[in-house]
Parts: sequence; structure tokens; C-alpha cells
Amino acid sequence: MRQAFLALLRRDLALATRAGGGAGLGVVFFLAVVVVTPFAIGPDLALLARIGPAILWIGALLASLIGLDRLFAADAEDGSMDLFALLDLPLELIAAAKGLAHWIATGLPLVVAAPVLSLLLNLEPAAIGALTLTLLVGTPAITFLGLVGAAFASAFRRGGLLVAVLVMPLTIPVLIFGVAATGAALGGTVPFGMPFRVLAGLSLAALVLGPVAAAAALRATRE
Amino acid sequence: MRLVAEGLSCRRGARLLFEGLDLDLPAGRALVVTGPNGTGKSSLLRLLAGLASPAAGTVRLEGAAEPDDFGTEVHYLGHLDAQKASLTARESLGFWRAMLGRPALTVEDALETVGLGGLGGLPVAVLSAGQKRRLALARLLVAERPLWLLDEPTTALDASAQLLFAGLARAHVNRGGLIVAATHAPLDLGPSDTLDLGARRPLNPVAA
Repeated sequence: MRQAFLALLRRDLALATRAGGGAGLGVVFFLAVVVVTPFAIGPDLALLARIGPAILWIGALLASLIGLDRLFAADAEDGSMDLFALLDLPLELIAAAKGLAHWIATGLPLVVAAPVLSLLLNLEPAAIGALTLTLLVGTPAITFLGLVGAAFASAFRRGGLLVAVLVMPLTIPVLIFGVAATGAALGGTVPFGMPFRVLAGLSLAALVLGPVAAAAALRATRE
Repeated sequence: MRLVAEGLSCRRGARLLFEGLDLDLPAGRALVVTGPNGTGKSSLLRLLAGLASPAAGTVRLEGAAEPDDFGTEVHYLGHLDAQKASLTARESLGFWRAMLGRPALTVEDALETVGLGGLGGLPVAVLSAGQKRRLALARLLVAERPLWLLDEPTTALDASAQLLFAGLARAHVNRGGLIVAATHAPLDLGPSDTLDLGARRPLNPVAA
């Protein structure tokens, strides 16, 4: 079973990083959002530093949703999903392997890019550190909550917008505590650890519940 | 091992495709399902694989570890090849070998057997339709499964590949395997029965 899990993880990573895989798409989108923002806001460095963490988090949230609609849909369309349903490996672990591969291919690059992009928004070193840490902990939550939407999208043709509509409300708490933790690191009424622990808790819950809910959705939508 | 279906009915939307279908297929025997388009051949195979639920009736594989939930005993070859265009033939087959478990032939041996020896390094995208089908057939060889459910297995295959496939299928049946194949082509799968779904079409398919 572990062999199958790793095989699926490896295959999805290979597919994501090859031509047409879309692994770099999220980072490019993230880059576009963050680079455009200073032009829109104007050269007020204090204002940029204050809203910087929020801009980076919104960019990362939206970038994490890119490509989720194809996550299961591609396998449903080429018949792979039929074979997955017949395996020893439960659908929950199949969803988890695909989610993990998706996060490594699209979420992790966002975390790596965040410190560089933070410089564009005039963030202090402490804020850059806190932001990167919150993204590292928070983006898996977005991806794994997104699995549920991805599973539903596979049942409908052109389910792209559906993912955003279904998943976005679920990710709001992640966004709130991610930005709150970054703000707390810059000083404030609460210490950094408090919102950060809530964020970590949300992430751990999503890691467990996301694949289970996605597998249930895949079973429910199978004709 | 024995594939038994009792009183199977299949409904697609408002249409009843067949009802009251009984099957009893012992090990070492093949069942060839024929019938015009739209009579439910593919639907029957999906019911047998457990990929869809019947409107009525039961399917079980006697002799399997779990007779009522025997997905892991099944090789299902549908219309779709379950191959990714950007993977090479070798990677794709290796992936399914690792996923399916209970390995049989190695990837290279299986590619050689279906006549794709030397093409393993090519991306699936550049293979022809017939070569993709050969690659899909190779999946049957890399993992051990007693029951093969094949939906139009010879689509896009040339004459020599059809003979090759029939030989592989006969070898599987002779080893005590079971095959249910939906096909329009006359295939010699060894000791076999036929089921003509066209003759079983309900007189009044839309009536509730």
C-alpha cells in the first residue's frame, strides 16, 4: 500500500513538472498579484508594509486554488479514476497522495517565493520570517480543503469555478489566522504563538478531514 | 473461483437496458458479450467491476477473499486507456504495476510481449491509437488478477495484434482465469460462452 501511495505521489509530481503540468502557474500568478500591488497602491512605503502580509496571503490563497479543478478531473477523463476505485489503496489515501503532490508542486514554491516577494512590499525581516512560516503551515490547509472541491469538480465538466466557490469560504479561517499571526509578529496585543497555533490546528484538521471528505465526494459522484 | 450474477438489472437514466440477467462463469472460462450499440455491454462490465451499482440484483466472485467486494481481483480495461500523455510508456506501465500490486511480468517483458519493445522511452502522446491500446493491454500482464473485464479490447488493434491479444486471453483462461469481454470482433478466447444482450433488450425499455 505504501508502494502504491509513493508511486502515485511520484507520478503526480512528474506530471505537474512536465510540459502542460502547470506547476509553475501558481508562482507566476502569485508574482503577478504582488508585483502589481505597489503600482496600484502608490509609493507609500508605510502603507505597503502594513498591508503587505494581507496582500501576500491573498495572493497565495488564490494561487493555491489554481489547478485544483483538474486534480481529479484529469484522472476521471482518462479512465485512471476507474482503476483507482478497484485498488487496495483506499480512495482517502489516493486523495491524500494527490493533495500532497499538488502542494509540493504548487504550494511549496509559493512559500519559497514569499520572502523574495516580501521585499517588494517593504516588509521588515521579522515580518518576512513570520509570513513565510505562516505560509508554510497554512498553504497545506488550503490545498487539502481544496481536495473536496476538486473531487466535486471531477464529476462535472468545466467545474473550474465550482472549486473556487466551494473552497473559498472554507479557507477564510486559514486566511484570518495566517494574516493575524504575521501581524502579531510585528507587535500587537496578542503574541505570535496564539494565532499561529490556531493556524497549525486548522492545517492539521484539514490534512485529516480533506482527504476523507474528498473520497466521500468521489464515491458520491461516481455514476 | 466463480463469477456469479443474479437478477441483474441495469438502468441508465429513464431507460432500462436489461433486467433479470443471470450469469455463472466458472474459472477457466471466458464469456463473450455481444449486441448492438447501446444495449448495455459497457454498463454490464461496469456493474460486474463494481464501478456502478445495479438497479437490482447482485454480483459476487465466489472463492475471492471478499466475494461481495472483489475490486482487487479485477483487471478492468475500459474504453479509456488510463494513460497520461506526458509520461513515457515505461513510466506509465511501471506506475500501474506499482499501483496494482501483486506483480506478474516486469515492465520490459510486458512491453516486449505486446510488441512495444524498444518504444518504452517514448511519451504516450506520440504513440499511435493502436500502440496506446497495446500499452493498455500490457497493464493486464504486469499484475496478477484472476478476473479480466474487457470492454472492446481490440479497438484500434491491427490484425496481428488482435491475434496476439486472443493468444494472451487464451493463456489467461488456460491458467484458470476468468474473462468477460464485450466485443464486436470475432475473438477466439478459448473455452467460452456468449451472451447476446441485443436479444435480451426489454420490449418496453422506458416504462417505469
